[in-house]
Amino acid sequence: MIEFKNVNYIHVNGIQALKEINLSIKPKTINALVGSNGTGKTTLARHINGLLKPTSGNVLVFGKNTKKISVASLSKRIGMVFQNSNHQLFADTVKNEILFGLNNFETDSQIKKNRFEWALNFFDLKKYENTSPLKLSGGEKKRLCIASVLAWNPEVLILDEPTVGQDQVQKEKMLKFISNLNKQGKTIIIISHDLEFLWPLKPNTIVMAKGRIKKTGKMTDIFSDDELLNQTCLMRPQLLDLWMKLNIKEEPPGDITKATDAIRRINGS
Amino acid sequence: MKEKSIIKFENFSFRYDSANEFILKNINLEINKNELVILAGPTGCGKSTLLRSIIGLIPHMHGGEYKGKVIVDQLVVNDVKITDLAKKAGFVFQNPENQIFMFSIERDIVFGLENLGTSRTIMKERVDSILSLLKIEHLATKAPHELSDGEKQKAALAGILAMQPKILILDEPTSLLDPKTAIDFINIVNDLRKKIGMTIVIVEHRLDLVVGIADKLIILSNGKIIENNNPKQVLHYSNQLIPEIGIPVISRLYRNLAKSNYDFDNVIVTVKDMVKEMRRKKFND
Repeated sequence: MIEFKNVNYIHVNGIQALKEINLSIKPKTINALVGSNGTGKTTLARHINGLLKPTSGNVLVFGKNTKKISVASLSKRIGMVFQNSNHQLFADTVKNEILFGLNNFETDSQIKKNRFEWALNFFDLKKYENTSPLKLSGGEKKRLCIASVLAWNPEVLILDEPTVGQDQVQKEKMLKFISNLNKQGKTIIIISHDLEFLWPLKPNTIVMAKGRIKKTGKMTDIFSDDELLNQTCLMRPQLLDLWMKLNIKEEPPGDITKATDAIRRINGS
Repeated sequence: MKEKSIIKFENFSFRYDSANEFILKNINLEINKNELVILAGPTGCGKSTLLRSIIGLIPHMHGGEYKGKVIVDQLVVNDVKITDLAKKAGFVFQNPENQIFMFSIERDIVFGLENLGTSRTIMKERVDSILSLLKIEHLATKAPHELSDGEKQKAALAGILAMQPKILILDEPTSLLDPKTAIDFINIVNDLRKKIGMTIVIVEHRLDLVVGIADKLIILSNGKIIENNNPKQVLHYSNQLIPEIGIPVISRLYRNLAKSNYDFDNVIVTVKDMVKEMRRKKFND
């Protein structure tokens, strides 16, 4: 559904940000894009919704070359939540922020109304309906950005560092919510340094370093590879780390409850 | 008389002009010299407001109803100019774009020093040493817009550290950094604290990065301080732990196992400790 074919991208300043990227993202999957700072993750993501076009090579989305379709028509199907909320928010009130994309992409007024209410309530933003987005805290701004994009119901959701500024309750809510969206058939691409957050989702993981894709695969496989972790400034999630150090052969658990049960079981207590 | 505390809140409350409710309610808090203190709590609980009150952005830049007193290195925040406070306390913002603005990173670092009236020789020394300390020499001549967000975060820190503040305030300084760089970042700041003597107040959601080195963990909820103690104590014994706090995975596992009558000899904060404990119990033999 999303295909990168020999994609290279050179910034206007001459720096090559993407090098020979070949990548295939399948529909209805959860994907994590990880790697150190300044390694090209965001640049890669911006190629998916056509904000950036390859210097050479091609990106195909839903079978169409991004060089040949408008960003507007791609955006309807591919929602992107930027890392820096201030780059995204511009309306005078929270209400108008959510309505902006919705009004552009949805014509049915009943659907519009339902989606609006849903988006406002889901991330606890109802109380800010008539507040300026600029007055929200960092974490609240992020939630507003996600709500605004989800309101128009895109098929693919790209989240660039969604957990920045979020407390644990919001993170867990987001986790459930990403997993539910995925069950409803949406394709999710998450760029994140928060590996503990990604771990329970068990995403397909794409590791980048210096503009290249170093490895793709299951999170467990990728994070078992010490050399790769060293090269890419990544850290092993704590539960996987514990499982490896204790030499436990069974699949490492995705959450604490399962880990507690497993340890008690193995320990015979 | 020599004061032990460097930051002191006395019956402090604050309400923004635009809000109906007080965001901070009757805060009494003392932070000691050279301590590293973590400030945690749900989004919107008043963490950033508390930080702004230390450097004087409140009340000098944000209007509102101000009750009580904040004392920073013997200055009463309400009574002195914000520039006097800037010499004492450096603030690294959550969003580095609020902070770096000059046409090169080098110039950006120099900007703060010029304002403090630093001599040229010292300026040069400070810039070079801070760039090398943060391993960002290669960014010296770059413009802020050429940097990735993580690099911007480091550049913002460089500008503040160059001024060698007595108090360093960090509002989620590692949120945009990859995990290893984040740990490096925290270690650099912590080493510097020990070397030159500095008090650090840090808001950090990834507690696993900081609990090992912090002296205190303060938890703020709904505008009030509900915990203020050694991080190990708070994470393992507190009954006040609210679900919003991102307790490190390994600490949560420890709490769970301890609850189900698993017998531990030591309090555990790292995977290494947990492995040691399990091995001692001949786990999985």
